[in-house]
Amino acid sequence: MAEKEMSFEKALERLEAIVNTMENKKLPLDDMIKNYEEGKKLTDFCSKKLTDFEKKIEILVKETDKGPVWSEFKNN
Amino acid sequence: MQDRIWKISEVNSVIKEVLEGALSSFWIEAEIGTMTVHSSGHVYLVLKDESSQMKAVVWKGARLIQNLKLATGSKIEAFGAITVYEPRGEYQFTIRDIRPLGLGDLQRKFEEIKKRLLEEGLFDSSRKKKIPLLPKRIGVITSPTGAAIQDFLNIINRRFPNIHIQIYPASVQGAGAEKDLIKGIQFFNRLSPPPDVLVLTRGGGSMEDLWPFNNEALAREIFASLIPTISAVGHEIDFTICDFVADLRVPTPSSAAELVVAKQDELTEKINNLMAKLNSSINIFIEKTKRHFERLSGSYVFKDPLRMIFERVQTVDEFKTRISHAVELRIEKESSGLERLKAKLQTLNPLNVLNRGYAILQDENSGKIIDSPDTPPGTAVKAMLAGGYLNMKVLSGKYCKLDEK
Repeated sequence: MAEKEMSFEKALERLEAIVNTMENKKLPLDDMIKNYEEGKKLTDFCSKKLTDFEKKIEILVKETDKGPVWSEFKNN
Repeated sequence: MQDRIWKISEVNSVIKEVLEGALSSFWIEAEIGTMTVHSSGHVYLVLKDESSQMKAVVWKGARLIQNLKLATGSKIEAFGAITVYEPRGEYQFTIRDIRPLGLGDLQRKFEEIKKRLLEEGLFDSSRKKKIPLLPKRIGVITSPTGAAIQDFLNIINRRFPNIHIQIYPASVQGAGAEKDLIKGIQFFNRLSPPPDVLVLTRGGGSMEDLWPFNNEALAREIFASLIPTISAVGHEIDFTICDFVADLRVPTPSSAAELVVAKQDELTEKINNLMAKLNSSINIFIEKTKRHFERLSGSYVFKDPLRMIFERVQTVDEFKTRISHAVELRIEKESSGLERLKAKLQTLNPLNVLNRGYAILQDENSGKIIDSPDTPPGTAVKAMLAGGYLNMKVLSGKYCKLDEK
């Protein structure tokens, strides 16, 4: 389920930790590359999350047995 | 007085004097029975209680009445005086100040609810849910016709239009509004999947207007909500129970929208920043590693490997020299010490004494050293001399001190 993927907050937290490690610790080449690759993935993920929005403004019309019915809300 | 015939105008005049004199300035409590706002701006009312009614007027009161949102049925407290209109023999209450009844009661009730919920821990910051950094879908509970939703959406549209907003239409004012608000919260909590954050909002108003947001049942519903809730009720100065129990309180509907949007900008910048740091730290590392490698590969180890062996040989030779030197030094030191010891030993040897002409006497049989005159005559004695032995016999012995002789 898409809902189960990593949260933006978690990704950001991990990314900060990685950058911190890379900047402040002496790492062997392998670890450095591993960290970089993970960090790159996380920045891509976060950037995507930041732009991946759909615009929709809806108002609840009624609730039925099959679920809520929405209609577009006109903002004047 | 009984003889006198009065004119009506005289009577009315006395009435005016008496009434206006006795009832010149006081507060009354009443309900508005009927109310007419005249185009002149004057407001004419009929005030009543359970059993009586009385005419009243607020000169130029249209604005005041509107601001206080007073209407037929409103309970009020009014300050003023009785005035008599002589030509018609009518009196009315001329209102100089008017306020909704029970404002003080509401304030007291508010403090009571606040205190109770505070003690129950409904306002504890440890119980507050985190507002997500990046809500994708926002559930808004508010009046679809109110100013609040307009303000909210204006900010959203201007600064961050790509967001999904779902509005639950609720009345936000008047008796029963709290039931709508509660239903809204329950609705969004039922929704699958639920929105990331809830915003409960309405514009400013009087304490009475905002009263539904002070409802205890609503407060408990907000507390129980699994979705983090933002309360944006009224203006900066207005505080409601909702504000205290919500996971976050913002002063106005606009600031609720700004909060979401500002975070958006902030986060984009933060991610870009982190990305730049990530790149620069790997670049610096690569550059360093490269330089290190170049330094190593440029070293004579790779260019002139024999040199390394020669250097080692030289080192070994040096060690050899140093070791043999050290050994020699040691031997020299040790042997000179030995000579010294030998000489010392020599001086301590008892046989040396014999060289100076002394003799050592021994019992020939037992080998015991003889150092006493108390030795039986005839004892065989062996005398040790520098050059050899003498075999002797004791003739006699005598005690004496040799140095006294």
